[in-house]
Amino acid sequence: MGLALRIIPCLDVDKGRVVKGTKFVELKDAGDPVAVAKRYNEEGADELVFLDITASAEARAITLKVVQKTAEQVFIPLTVGGGIRTIQDIKLLLRSGADKVSINTAAVLNPKLIKEASSKFGAQCIVVAIDAKKENGKWRVYIHGGRTPTKLDALLWAQKAQKYGAGEILLTSMDRDGTQMGYDLNLLKILSKKLFIPLIASGGAGEKKDFYSAWKSGASACLAASLFHYQKCSIKDVKNFLNNKKAPVRL
Amino acid sequence: MLNVALLDYGMGNLRSVSKAIETFKCRVEWVNDPNKLKIADILVLPGVGAFSLAVKNLKKLKLFDPIQNWIGQKKPFLGICLGYQLLFEKSQESEEKNLKGLEIFKGDVVKFKNKNLKIPHMGWNQIQMNKNKNLSDSIFSGIKDRSYFYFVHSYYPAPKDTALIASKTNYCVQFSSSISTDYLFASQFHPEKSGKIGLKLIQNFLNFVKGGGPC
Repeated sequence: MGLALRIIPCLDVDKGRVVKGTKFVELKDAGDPVAVAKRYNEEGADELVFLDITASAEARAITLKVVQKTAEQVFIPLTVGGGIRTIQDIKLLLRSGADKVSINTAAVLNPKLIKEASSKFGAQCIVVAIDAKKENGKWRVYIHGGRTPTKLDALLWAQKAQKYGAGEILLTSMDRDGTQMGYDLNLLKILSKKLFIPLIASGGAGEKKDFYSAWKSGASACLAASLFHYQKCSIKDVKNFLNNKKAPVRL
Repeated sequence: MLNVALLDYGMGNLRSVSKAIETFKCRVEWVNDPNKLKIADILVLPGVGAFSLAVKNLKKLKLFDPIQNWIGQKKPFLGICLGYQLLFEKSQESEEKNLKGLEIFKGDVVKFKNKNLKIPHMGWNQIQMNKNKNLSDSIFSGIKDRSYFYFVHSYYPAPKDTALIASKTNYCVQFSSSISTDYLFASQFHPEKSGKIGLKLIQNFLNFVKGGGPC
């Protein structure tokens, strides 16, 4: 069967709690991060992503503690993102037990950070996250948690990030985020062909078949939040469905 | 209680490895000084990152020769990821052609070549076990053949002596995903990140050492 499609629950963490919004706003509480992480681990998650969506200086310390506690109890890869600006930020997260960090805004504002981080810690732990919104037939990159439009084209930016040493691209469709309407498959298809590093699909997972479609569109991994938080279906359901469709998964 | 020396040479996820081993009530010490190896029962060489930097760091900390001696004396050794690759002669990753690894085993560390492959090889892949030796028998005990383990790498060792191979994995090419001898186990995958099955493998290794090895 070979390399499995990774199913990755994403936990948006705000001041030490898991929350989930729709199209980047309207946040609702969804539990204690360590407890949620443990549950997902037991359900068969292949990796976990924590996105620290407040990322103020004060929240940063809380996040480090959450990462530490989680890493002590959950032995699968853990990626942490949100508010990472410096090499020091990355170092602290990796020391706290994160296996990878995901950089978004800071990578756009200072692409050298990707290069520096990748050569210092290895490409395998540097994920570049891209929030993309469709505008006039193209995908525009947004930063600051989806609040600020940039001049960058998502496809070109992803390739540039790869060149700078990103180990993976985490691509979120802002149009689909939290809607459970399915991933933006066009975007995945086009971008996965242009990348030699793994592409993680994000934004829009709403039912089991969405994961299969993302895999067919070239995604190496699928991120989902709402779907799992509100227990619309379990990771196990998704994996069994994929397995029946002959997509490689770790059961 | 077993004393585990976890080599701290600035390359990677010590905390994860440490936590996984501590789950089994062992004393784990992060070691960057060769003198601290004296009381250790097991040496663990973890590592994520670049081959050449790892060699340089080990030499700078004067750990390079002690590791060679340790393995030479057939003391229990666990190598993970880069800690597996370092056991070989040299790596294609290194720009300096003459930079040698620990040279415990013959063979080079080579890069995945297929153009259509996503590199790094990142995620969960299966291992086909080669149960024919004492340590690989016990290390895989209770773990099903073709179980999934977590990988993150762009290079892999190609051992000249195929009898060393404890498991193989397919990623367009079939490569040696772990090796074992009577006292050493080293894997390209990360047992400390491979969930329950990974922890089981670590536990098996520790039990093997507690049991006094292959006597």
